[in-house]
Amino acid sequence: MLLEVRDLHVEFTTRDGVAKAVNGVDLHVDEGETLAVLGESGSGKSVTAQAVMGILDIPPARITGGEVLFQGRDQLLLKEDERRKVRGAGMAMIFQDALSSLNPVLSVGDQLGEMFRVHQGLSRKDARAKAVELMERVRIPAAKERVGQYPHQFSGGMRQRIMIAMALALEPALIIADEPTTALDVTVQAQVMDLLADLQREYHMGLVLITHDLGVVADVADRIAVMYAGRIVESAPVHDIYKAPAHPYTKGLLESIPRLDRKGQDLYAIKGLPPNLMNIPPGCAFHPRCPMAQDVCRTDVPDLFEVSEERRSACFYWRETLHG
Amino acid sequence: MPETERPEALRGSGGRPPEDGRIAATGAGGAMDLAASEATTLERAPGAPGGPGLTGGGPSGKPRSLWSDAWHDLRRNPVFVISGLVIAFLVLIALWPSLIASGNPLSCDLAKAQEGSQPGHPFGFDGQGCDVYTRTVYGARTSVTVGVCATLGVALLGSVLGGLAGFFGGAWDAILSRVTDIFFAIPVVLGGLVLLSVVTSSTVWPVVGFMVLLGWPQISRIARGAVITAKQHDYVQAARALGASSTRILLRHITPNAIAPVIVVATIALGTFIALEATLSYLGVGLKPPTVSWGIDISAASPYIRNAPHMLLWPAGALAITVLAFIMLGDAVRDALDPKLR
Repeated sequence: MLLEVRDLHVEFTTRDGVAKAVNGVDLHVDEGETLAVLGESGSGKSVTAQAVMGILDIPPARITGGEVLFQGRDQLLLKEDERRKVRGAGMAMIFQDALSSLNPVLSVGDQLGEMFRVHQGLSRKDARAKAVELMERVRIPAAKERVGQYPHQFSGGMRQRIMIAMALALEPALIIADEPTTALDVTVQAQVMDLLADLQREYHMGLVLITHDLGVVADVADRIAVMYAGRIVESAPVHDIYKAPAHPYTKGLLESIPRLDRKGQDLYAIKGLPPNLMNIPPGCAFHPRCPMAQDVCRTDVPDLFEVSEERRSACFYWRETLHG
Repeated sequence: MPETERPEALRGSGGRPPEDGRIAATGAGGAMDLAASEATTLERAPGAPGGPGLTGGGPSGKPRSLWSDAWHDLRRNPVFVISGLVIAFLVLIALWPSLIASGNPLSCDLAKAQEGSQPGHPFGFDGQGCDVYTRTVYGARTSVTVGVCATLGVALLGSVLGGLAGFFGGAWDAILSRVTDIFFAIPVVLGGLVLLSVVTSSTVWPVVGFMVLLGWPQISRIARGAVITAKQHDYVQAARALGASSTRILLRHITPNAIAPVIVVATIALGTFIALEATLSYLGVGLKPPTVSWGIDISAASPYIRNAPHMLLWPAGALAITVLAFIMLGDAVRDALDPKLR
């Protein structure tokens, strides 16, 4: 197993109180596997990713419990200096907005080359050559001519390719992509996702794909983990989940996708709002919005029940959800 | 605390409406306040370089960075060209005053005291019979030395302390912020009267040291604000996620993105330091004769303004042009470096 997160808890201390952003996340990724982490804004996807990478701002954030095992070592126990060596070389991250994730005053060649200069101590010239090679690998045309250009001179899709190239530079075993295509238009989205999937296959990397876009997930993911209020509420192989969700929240998400065969009908929407993280409802956090909620949901927190060997659901009524 | 007079009217560039939370005036009257209020504007909206405003070249064009773009703008700005030429001239005569003044500023003939313009002595003579033209030319050296040294000292000390405080935050930041508050509360002229009156050295260094001592908190605040802004950019987090160390992030990613406002405020402060040196010399606590300084000459000439106004007007005019040139330069640089004003 490449990455295993066990019972991770993250809190943010704010002026108004403590926001519990992540409340016991369990997930795992194997080599060469793509795990999609799905959830609404504020469900704790990005915070989980940042905690795994070790780039949370502490304070205000605080990791209050859990383990992050990467290649067998608990990252949370490592010293900052050791973690830094893992970042970039062992695991790397792709951010949502490539324009703001690239330094505007450095050329892309400098920024790509920096990876090799910092981690491998290459000379400026060798690093530049490596940068060109990387840009070619992420299919940027005329890489040799463009290596000296600045981020603002590239289009959105090209910038995201450069971000991908930076993440790939040291051939990490794991890549965490935090909504890598959200800022792009649909056709470019598909190109970038294809590229990411190809490269993942080529390097046999683990990929954690954080997204709220169910369309993106269906094409590339092997498994899906659905997050709600800082917990994984369902995890399953991608086909099972699309065929028959085992959690009412997943079901609601899938039903709220516009479909051509239901043209003219009202679009389904999950009623209510995501919970306030300062004040998460007792019991199952989803119960105020759940059409199947019973008394037990209001008082007891459901465990992550084993639906099948590959599948988990945090719902007392997963059987009913699955079959009805 | 006297309220700061906004410099917008001077600049004629329109500028933004006054904002709350400006830095309190330093108490020096006009001189330091100008830079201080400029500092407020910059602190509120640090010149964070942004890509979108800079799409000059297009994909096939020559790569242009923020700095080359700013340089491109500056060259076409008449304010920059004029102030740049004035400053270049000042630096030139500061280095080689004998290029345009053949006399000795310290050789005086009492018999000619207070005499007006005459051939070979276009600016006339001062109260001691010294040639005003020669003294005005030689005075540039002192002013430029004080201005440049004080600015370098202030910029270095202020940006290092402020930058580190902004980057690491925490207790160090809190202590530094309170210390800057204390320094802001010291009125510059009063502080100068107290601190410099005990100094007997006739070199420029006590004056420079005093300016650095009272000037660094201003730059420190700017640098702190700029670093905090730059620190929050996604590319800093991205660099961290790719394994960059704090030192590297600070030097390579934050400094180039946070230095612009420091440069602007430092340039404007340079002019105000020159004015401050003249003020202190006028009050008799700055430079002391035989050092040649505009402030000393203005001070010596002021009792005789009705009999021999030329003694006062030439050094005062030189001082005004010098200060104005640096402030205009700072203004032009700010316009070029702040993409929000484009």
